[in-house]
Amino acid sequence: MSIILDVKNLTRKFNGLTAVDGISFEIEEGVCFGLLGPNGAGKTTTIEVIENIISPTSGEILYKGKKRGSTFRNEIGIQFQETALFSLLTVRETLDTFLKLYNKTYDIQELVEFCRLGDILDKQNDKISGGQKQRLMLAMALVNRPELLFLDEPSTGLDPHARHNLWEIVESIKKNGKTIILTTHYMEEAEHLCDDIAIMDNGRIAARGTPKELIQEYTDGVTIELPRSCVAQEKVAAMGFDCRGELDDPENLESDIYEIITKDINADLARLMENGVNLGSLSIRSPNLEDVFLNLTGRKLRE
Amino acid sequence: MNPRRIWIIAAARTIEFYRDKSAFGWNFLFPFLIVLGFGFIFGGEEHKEYKVGVFPMVQQNPTIESLALPERFETTKYLEFIGFESLEQGLDKLRHHKVDFLIKNGENSPMYWVGETSPKGYLIEKLLKAAMAPDTNSATREQVAGREIKYIDWLFPGILGMNMMFGALWGVGYVIVRYRKTGVLKRLKATPLTSMEYLSGQMISRLFVLMFTGTIVWIGCQMIFGFYVEGSYLDLAIMFFMGCLSLTSIGILLAARGTSEEFTSGIINFISWPMMFLSEVWFSIEGAPEWIKAFAQIFPLTHMLTGIRKVMNDGAGLVDVMPEIVILTIISSICLVIAASIFSWNK
Repeated sequence: MSIILDVKNLTRKFNGLTAVDGISFEIEEGVCFGLLGPNGAGKTTTIEVIENIISPTSGEILYKGKKRGSTFRNEIGIQFQETALFSLLTVRETLDTFLKLYNKTYDIQELVEFCRLGDILDKQNDKISGGQKQRLMLAMALVNRPELLFLDEPSTGLDPHARHNLWEIVESIKKNGKTIILTTHYMEEAEHLCDDIAIMDNGRIAARGTPKELIQEYTDGVTIELPRSCVAQEKVAAMGFDCRGELDDPENLESDIYEIITKDINADLARLMENGVNLGSLSIRSPNLEDVFLNLTGRKLRE
Repeated sequence: MNPRRIWIIAAARTIEFYRDKSAFGWNFLFPFLIVLGFGFIFGGEEHKEYKVGVFPMVQQNPTIESLALPERFETTKYLEFIGFESLEQGLDKLRHHKVDFLIKNGENSPMYWVGETSPKGYLIEKLLKAAMAPDTNSATREQVAGREIKYIDWLFPGILGMNMMFGALWGVGYVIVRYRKTGVLKRLKATPLTSMEYLSGQMISRLFVLMFTGTIVWIGCQMIFGFYVEGSYLDLAIMFFMGCLSLTSIGILLAARGTSEEFTSGIINFISWPMMFLSEVWFSIEGAPEWIKAFAQIFPLTHMLTGIRKVMNDGAGLVDVMPEIVILTIISSICLVIAASIFSWNK
């Protein structure tokens, strides 16, 4: 597969503050590339520089091997994290306005069906729900059949139902072979949608790989989650388990579960049973990208 | 420059304007109300410019019969008599400039009070003295020759021009700054739309709105007041259009940068208030100091109104108003060139 985007040593400073600190990466055509990181990690700045919305302090960006030329805007689609729309226009008029700004476009009916906007076409664009608005924004990003699609935190603020709705649409876009660059601080979203992930923290890329590779490389074993109500803190400490964080750390105390990380699940479960711990409410989960981030930075994604 | 993209931006903005009920009402109703109000204040027979307090008097609005003052003073045009029960009451009103003059009723050589610094009081004093002096009739009265230009014929273009100024500055300047703040401009930057196309679209939409609104208000007021237009309507429309173009260009310039609505409204007020008072919207600045008259020349509204009044009141043709048209074109070009070169989509 060919490289559609090549980012070299990208740095962006705001009033002396370094938002993006010399990052480099390549994106293959047709993949869904995710920038995963907490708020303030530099994800939005990174993609806005790539989109040519803001200019870099230093570094180079190549699109299809060349500098981004005058046709770049015709070939990309952007869904910003937060944008207002022209006020007092209906959904249909909003879409139509954006359609007419491009030369090569979707048929409006096709786009409406694809983004499930049929029911709200004649509603005013400020009188629709959060999920509907996100779908409209996505449709606006798609009007010109972009080859490269940018989605900046597409599901922030959506309820689980609206989020899954949006994910389904993004998956259909992927099936059409489009390249997607997505930023998110939801690890479920990254895990669900992305083929290739860069974990960002403090303006740098902390790790890069497929979700599977990242989990394999940066996590160890599975996690046993045990409700605090089942067993006293001293007893857990006495059993010598490898628990996440200090057991008496005030931040940990706020959580109502112990997270025990284990490489030998059979032996550790047996040890808990021997000590008379009630395992009725215990759960075991495989490691995920949240654990990857925690192990890489010592912090949680949504702190 | 892609005409289709300019058109679509102009169309979107125009639809938005006409759906915004408050702005719509404001743009149509406001000039009507002002012209109506002024028509009644200045146009009617009943207007009284000078207020004379009379005491002792039980009625607040005394009839001519109840007054016992020199006859020629009582019947002077533009004097309004207001009754007070006592001297104290009258003096209090005089001190606070609620009346210009105070006189005691019912004597052959009446006592009167007048403020030291009140120009109107001074004139009323002269009127009273003249009314009491023997009639000498040494001056000969002549009517102004030709058709009289009614005050409303002079005032109306001023009111309409002022309304267009506010419409241009707020409807372009303020709106684009708000769009920049809320990120609408950023969203447009992500499309192939260029800044020139965007600004042209905004400009066309606003020019259409101003001219359309102006026409409706004109027709409405024409039906009520029946203005007399000496020159051609086409020349008048061209003059209005050139004025709107220059005012909209200032709006575009104000909107070229910045995201603070408060700052922008401050700047708009800072520009529009002096422009409103010095461009002869309400009153002529004929007698004002030379430097004020010179300063007023920087405002496009001054040239717009000068041109319009020349056409409307004096029957001037396009050649006669060429100086105004040239100046307005220069102002528009300067503003647009600067605006296009400093325009920013981003916050």
